[in-house]
Amino acid sequence: MAASVPPVTRAGRGAPSRSHLGGVLLAIVPVGFLAVFVAWPIVAITRRTAGELGGGRLVEVLTSGRFVDALVATVGQTLVSVLATVMVGLPIAAVIARFSFPGRDVLRAVVLVPFVLPTLVVATAIDQLGVLEGWAAVVAAHVVFNVAIVVRLVGGWWAGIDRRRIEAAATLGASPVEVFRTITFPLLRPAVAAAAAMIGLFSFTSFGVILVLGGPARFTIETDIHRFAIFRGELDVAAVLGGVQLVTVAAFAVVAARLQRRVSVARRGRRVPLARPVATAADRVMVVLATALTVVVVVLPLGSLVVGSFRVGGGWGLGHWRSLAEAPPVGATRSLDALVTSLSFAAGAAVIALVVGGLAAIVIARGDRIGRLVEVAGLIPIGVSAVTLGFGYLLAFTAFDFRRSIWLVPVAHAVIGVPFVIGAAVPALRSVDPRRREAVAALGGSPWRVWLDSDARALAPALRTATGFAAAVSLGEFGATTFLSRPQGSETAPVVMFKLLSRPGDLLQGQAMALAVALAGLVAVIALVVDRRRGDGIGWL
Amino acid sequence: MTRKLLALIAMFALVAAACGGSDSPAAVTGDPTTTADAADTADDAAMLDEEAVDAAAEEATQEGSVDPIELVLVTHDSFFIPDEVWAAFEAETGNTVTVVASGDAGEVVSRAVLTAGQPEGDVMFGIDSTFLQRGLDADVFEPHTSPLLSTVDDALRLDPTDRVTPISVSDVCVNYWLDAIPGDAPTTLDDLRTAENAAALVVQNPETSSPGFAFLLATIARYGDGWEDYWTDLVDGGVTVSSGWSEAYYTEYAAGGGEKSIVVSYATSPPADVLFADPPVDAAVSAVLDDSCFRQVEFAGILAGTEHPEAAAELIDFMLSPTYQAEIPLNMFVYPANSTVELPAEFVEYGSLVDDPITLEPAEIEANRLDWTARWAEIVFG
Repeated sequence: MAASVPPVTRAGRGAPSRSHLGGVLLAIVPVGFLAVFVAWPIVAITRRTAGELGGGRLVEVLTSGRFVDALVATVGQTLVSVLATVMVGLPIAAVIARFSFPGRDVLRAVVLVPFVLPTLVVATAIDQLGVLEGWAAVVAAHVVFNVAIVVRLVGGWWAGIDRRRIEAAATLGASPVEVFRTITFPLLRPAVAAAAAMIGLFSFTSFGVILVLGGPARFTIETDIHRFAIFRGELDVAAVLGGVQLVTVAAFAVVAARLQRRVSVARRGRRVPLARPVATAADRVMVVLATALTVVVVVLPLGSLVVGSFRVGGGWGLGHWRSLAEAPPVGATRSLDALVTSLSFAAGAAVIALVVGGLAAIVIARGDRIGRLVEVAGLIPIGVSAVTLGFGYLLAFTAFDFRRSIWLVPVAHAVIGVPFVIGAAVPALRSVDPRRREAVAALGGSPWRVWLDSDARALAPALRTATGFAAAVSLGEFGATTFLSRPQGSETAPVVMFKLLSRPGDLLQGQAMALAVALAGLVAVIALVVDRRRGDGIGWL
Repeated sequence: MTRKLLALIAMFALVAAACGGSDSPAAVTGDPTTTADAADTADDAAMLDEEAVDAAAEEATQEGSVDPIELVLVTHDSFFIPDEVWAAFEAETGNTVTVVASGDAGEVVSRAVLTAGQPEGDVMFGIDSTFLQRGLDADVFEPHTSPLLSTVDDALRLDPTDRVTPISVSDVCVNYWLDAIPGDAPTTLDDLRTAENAAALVVQNPETSSPGFAFLLATIARYGDGWEDYWTDLVDGGVTVSSGWSEAYYTEYAAGGGEKSIVVSYATSPPADVLFADPPVDAAVSAVLDDSCFRQVEFAGILAGTEHPEAAAELIDFMLSPTYQAEIPLNMFVYPANSTVELPAEFVEYGSLVDDPITLEPAEIEANRLDWTARWAEIVFG
């Protein structure tokens, strides 16, 4: 796409991003949102529970064997999960970025499917394979759930690499491995860092996977927060663990943010799209391998669901699918209504996340002190325990009965979606060549024109990637949702699925599976629609 | 340009959907037809228990001049009562009910304790006998002696000062798969100690599973200090431990195609398995080991700090009325506390509450919870 700069007569007085006041104004929405919906609840729950905590108790908890074990296990499984997910996701991202082939869009859309599958079902599928046990099974589940983060965040970024840089290196005699090591990977690092940070935070606060696949004897900080807060009623101990988790997550976010800043790269000049048709036998092998990898990661857990959803009365049939629209056989919201509720919440959450995350990304990309603060604060929500957030909301929002408002769920989902929007948008904004802004300004473009013609063009495709994530996160979210008070009738699809799965009766299990497949299909369609405009990789410039 | 426009339109459509869609399912008012149906149901109820409903109606007339009160019932995610039933309450009292649900029974109690004095709602339902003492200790309830308590077995009234009212009852019982049980079917809790049966048994971690905790309590109530030896026998025999009920029932147990034939579940699991069988069956496929059943009672209570204590008391009375109690079995798969209510046929035919369940005092449970589970973990995980 050629950069068309229309003749503008009014002289620009510098881009809006230069003005300090503008920065403060932009920051109001994201900072306000994070302060009200993340910081305030955390402060509220900490104040309430820390009141019961003596200094001796603090030392006692922090020096206990249980705590040390939980910390070691949590950090260990997090690091391994990040590494494994990046290693599985990169080859798929590479193929999606580098080749155009039929089915590529579908491939990129279906990796989002695990996001919305119930933990219990994915865990059971991995369990039934019988290959992996304990922590290995936990890591495998984290790969399945999070591989989309690598494929979509890194893949989208990868597709934007100028093909000529790669080709030039190859012409100079560099082997493919050398090209990857010296050219491609350094260019990918901002996106890889963003993806790794999010995978790390998700794995850190993983709950259901640890319980089901880790088995009854394994525990992490997150599962122990739940154990102390709920079963044992020792809120003070839970508060200590929540505090440790918050500090660790914040440190993690600081490192991730610094890393991202350091490796961010401006993309200069016009670029030639990287993706090209599949031509050689080697190309075909790569495409087949990436597809196979996706099938293993996505379709395997989904397969048992699809089969289960059509398995009726010892044979095959559509009974479970029809039951989605019927009054449920046991006390629960009708599945179809739950799907509609989920969709509405997802739409609301996506819009909130896009506005808050988009503005946050602009503030972050400016690189001033406010930006650095927002960058760290924006990552923290996905690393906060569902217990901390849920109980925090309970104490913080006593006014106006907001703690049982219908809006609480989409807002909470948006809180988790914001980091994805930031993760997709910030590297894109940082990649804008400053010379481009200068050129437009020099041609007499107004500050607004400059922004539209440089930053906005970089932002648009990133926000499309982010929309898919924000919707998928909301559609599949269970942990935080279950901790929020919801009016009866507004159950989301994952809540109804959980309800159906936790009762005896084959019909209920069958309906849960049909509902899970329906939700998976929905998320794939949403991703396809949102992605469609991306064309061949180059969304901007 | 067109594409941009389309994208914009799509986004607005999404927002519109979000606003419209999220508002509509929220209100629990019921449409005119269901309200009429519900009024009929209410009439039926009046015939069953004229006094109570008359009293309620009288109060409703007295309050007729004031604005209707919107009562909030705080409960757990497993709770479900159809809208028609709430419409009946509205017809009776003029007040409405909004049900607000989150998490499981343990979480509901934690929330109430955390918000003591500034409650989330007016009435809480879902605190069970294993968590009861924690709620009582934190002073989250206001006493109310419902006139309908006369219909409830005295054994279910675990708080003598009526700060909580029993609403539903269930038994956590060992179930076994009739076709897969090794050797003779077990008839006593003691029978599970044999190596053969222990190897076929799946239990849940008491710290992460409510039935798992109930089963641990059953063994403690039955064997006293000998419960540790009992568990040592189970572990030596090769008992399987899972984190939650779903994994136990649908991964390990025969119901989901697993290899184990004995599982800790509920007294209502056999009728549920028949009712929701696929393909349909005409006889129960699993049975309950009566000797193992541990009684769990679920209570409702007025949350201290409510602005509407009288209306909240009416709601508690309504929850004990036949109109409400009759909905309990098939919606929540537990038994009604009101003994005058007729049970659905499936409940009568394929399962029942045991006459002589194992019980344990709520105060004793709360006092020993941490010690017992710590000791259990040592025995089971080494």
